[in-house]
This record gives sequence, structure tokens and C-alpha cells, in this order.
Amino acid sequence: MSEKFDAIVVGAGPSGNTAAYTLAKSGLNVLQLERGETPGTKNVQGAILYSDALERIIPDFRDDAPLERHLIEQRMWVLDDESFVGSHYRSEGFNQPPYNRYTIIRAAFDKWFSEKVRQAGALVICETTVTDLLRDDKNRVVGVQVDREGGSIYADVVILADGVNSLLAKKAGFHAELDPTHVGLAVKEMHFLPEETIEQRFNVGEDEGVVIELFGKVTQGMMGTGFLYTNKESLSIGVGCMLSDFKTQKISPYALLENMKNHPSIKPLLADGEMKEYTAHLIPEGGYKAIPRIAGDGWMIVGDAGMFVNAVHREGSNLAMTTGRLAAETVVALMQESKPMTEANLAAYRNRLDDSFVMKDLKKYKEMPEIFHRNNQFFTTYPELINRSAHTMLKVDGVDKKTKEREIFSSFTHKRSLFGLMGDAYKLWRAFR
Amino acid sequence: MNVKVEEKLFQNRYRVDTDHPHVNIRNPDVCEYECKTQQCTVCCPAGCYTREGSGKVVLIADGCLECGTCRIICTDYRNVDWEYPRGGYGILFKFG
Repeated sequence: MSEKFDAIVVGAGPSGNTAAYTLAKSGLNVLQLERGETPGTKNVQGAILYSDALERIIPDFRDDAPLERHLIEQRMWVLDDESFVGSHYRSEGFNQPPYNRYTIIRAAFDKWFSEKVRQAGALVICETTVTDLLRDDKNRVVGVQVDREGGSIYADVVILADGVNSLLAKKAGFHAELDPTHVGLAVKEMHFLPEETIEQRFNVGEDEGVVIELFGKVTQGMMGTGFLYTNKESLSIGVGCMLSDFKTQKISPYALLENMKNHPSIKPLLADGEMKEYTAHLIPEGGYKAIPRIAGDGWMIVGDAGMFVNAVHREGSNLAMTTGRLAAETVVALMQESKPMTEANLAAYRNRLDDSFVMKDLKKYKEMPEIFHRNNQFFTTYPELINRSAHTMLKVDGVDKKTKEREIFSSFTHKRSLFGLMGDAYKLWRAFR
Repeated sequence: MNVKVEEKLFQNRYRVDTDHPHVNIRNPDVCEYECKTQQCTVCCPAGCYTREGSGKVVLIADGCLECGTCRIICTDYRNVDWEYPRGGYGILFKFG
């Protein structure tokens, strides 16, 4: 392979596929390299697909993409050990096409997406791991080294869509090793059940789906959340917490998941299901302040590799697709003007990102990671207090309501003190403003 | 709760690159004699690291889910060599 390409894209996840698709559609000569057997076999996500980001490049994706269920209901549960307080939002508005969000199964979805990339004209090669970036004497990136014989391949620009571990950029010295406070570790299982059982259990019709976000004691004091998504004939159930918390609290991820699955409110939803896969994946959750350098001479970073995840809203794949598209559009624009892929010229990518929801949203929550770290009352004390309060108010036992209110108020001040409560309210305001 | 991670991993599909583990402990003595916490033995979601009675840490990477946890949490000693497996090898997610 001595051919030189206009662009090489490393990785065939949402960001890499969107970048490769956009580049190929514009007529560029694109090579995409994927280490998995087929695209998707190395990729893990919850998974929810946000239509908007995909629609922008493939408006008719609904015609043939493997979609599981469109989401019509969002449940948010705050749990203690034996109960939950929940809020549900369900709307016919989300049950009208074109649907806004879908559950997907990534192995099938990524394969479909990759086929679109091939059809657009990119050369996609799987089972090939990129081991290094090739540099010229001025230290510009000029191609990649792969784990195959004679594996030096050249291009004007290399787009790194190699996921959260981002080994290539690290090896090249573009950024340092990830900090355990900047990544979440999520584990997930796939439980298979008949379609009708899922529809009855979650009170939905054919192709309609539900998301449950789980917050509170299921993370055993660690900063994180759990989730349960309905697929066509399976449920995705998982839990993720900050790696720094796993490290200090010494809780094994699979025990955490097992414990959550056995919560009395969750267990019946999974009953009789057949577990067919167990996965683990890191999620870059460092937010705005942790975004590394994202472009330089001959290279760009997109997707998880660039920390592009909005942990608060649990959005990632849409940021991946958007960064992939904006990186590709930057390259296409420069090519059209016959401009070289220098750091100065590729800075236009950063400007495009700043103008998009990607940076605007990440900026909005830039204080969030620090506030939730070392404030584990948000994950233990409050969920417990809220659940106990609900229990106190709902239990009919001859005690008058005024007395119950006083009891609840004193339980809050006892646990957190008046100043503690005010401080926490201020922290939340700062985190979400 | 005693949870057997092996039973979970049993459901997964792998193509193990025999004799070419993609994760290696750089210096086993550091794990055994210097590292007090040995958090890899708890945090690895595939249970690839086990602590033997002697305090030695043994790594068998066959069940690795390629998440990267062990590499990132080894902040004090940076004692984990972590590469991606050769193309086509390692975990092959059926659903992902």
C-alpha cells in the first residue's frame, strides 16, 4: 500500500464513520482503518441514537438503519436501598415520526453505518490496528503505521477517531495519559426477553421504548449513574462511575452491577431474561476543561478521543458524529481552496466546534465534574433522605402531617446541617447554571 | 455478594491472540512489593488481575474487555503496558 490518500480516518465508531462519510461524499480519496473484525465489534455504548446528528449527513437513515425502539418515555429514578422516588416524562409528541431518539445495538448499527461509508466511496479496511503515526522531518503527521506487512500509509491529514483510550495521540505526545477523575467506567449486560414481554412490562406498544436513568445508592457512594434501556427484544442494563471513585472505594464493577440488578424495583423488570453479553467501556467525562489539543500539523481528533461527551445529559454519540462531521467539513473546505493541512489552517475546526452545540453545552457544564467530585452526599445522603421523606409522608400511621413535615426537615438538617444544605444548593446552582 | 465474573465473560465472544497478550505487567516486583493498593485486582471489570496469597499480582488477559481501566488507574507506578490487540483479535462484541 504505497498509495497516498487525501485523508486517513482511524476508527469506525460514530465519529470516524461520520468523518469518513462526509469526506468521501465530497469526493476525497479516503482510507478508514478499523481494528475490529467488522465495524462495531470493538465498540460499546448504552446505546441511544440521537437522530439529529445523523440526519444531517444521512437524512433518510430511518429507511434501512437497524433501529431498536424509538423513545417515548423517560424515567428518572432516585434510589435508596429499598425504594425509589421517580419522575416520568411520557409524550405522544415523542411518538410521532420523525422520531427524535432511538435505542440501537451498536454492533448492528455500526456495520450499517460502515456500509454507508463504503457506498460513499471510502476504502474501509478492518482487522487492522494502527500502531503509530508517521511524522516527517518537521514533525508533521504524514500518515500511519499499521500492524500489517509494509504497513506505512500516507495521507494529507489523519483524523484520529480511535476512541476514549486515544493511544495514538498519547504516543505522539499530543496529550497526556487520562486522569482517573476524567473518565467513567461503565459495565453493561444485555438481557434478552420476548418483544411482547418488554412491551407489557414497560407499558409500551410495538417499536416504542423507555429509558430509565438510575441515580442514588445504586452507585454505592460513587459519582455515577445507572441506566436501563429497552431494545426490540432485549434490555440494556448498566452502571457507570468515575474511575477515581472505583480506585479509592475498591468496589468491583461487576459486583456493583449485580447489586443494582437485584434492587427490588429493578429485579422484576429483568426477570426471566437471558443474559447474552457483558461489556465494559470507559467514558470520557472530564468535560470542557479536560478537552485536549484537537488539531495540529496533519492531524485532528474527533469523538471520545477528544473528550467530547456531555456527561450531564448522557450525550456522546451525537457529539461524536458532530465533531466527525465538522472535522471533515474543515478538511473539505481547505482542500477546495488548495490549502495545506497545517495547525493554523486546521484551527478552523476548533472555531466550527465553538459555534456548535458541542462546545456551548460542554462550556455550560464546565464546573460540573469538580463539584460532584468529593461531594458524594449527592449520590448517597440526598437519595436516602428523599426516599425516607416520601416514605414518611405516604405511610398512614396516625401521626399528623405537620409533625411528619417537621420530622423530614430535621432529618435533612441533622444529616447535612442548615449551612450544608445551603452550600449544596449553591453547588448545584453552579453546576447547572 | 459473591459475584463470579467468569460466568459473565463466558457469554462473550473472543479471538484470543495466544502467546501475544496485549496487556502486560512491566515489573511484577513493583506490584508485589511496592504497590500497597493493588487496585487493578478490584477495578478490572473482567477480573483479569488476581492477587495471590503471597501478594503477587497475576495477570491473565484472555477475558480482557479492552476498556483501559488498569492502565489509567495505575497512577503511582505506571506499571501496565497496554496496547490494542492485533487487528481482528481480542474481544469481539456481539451487541456492544
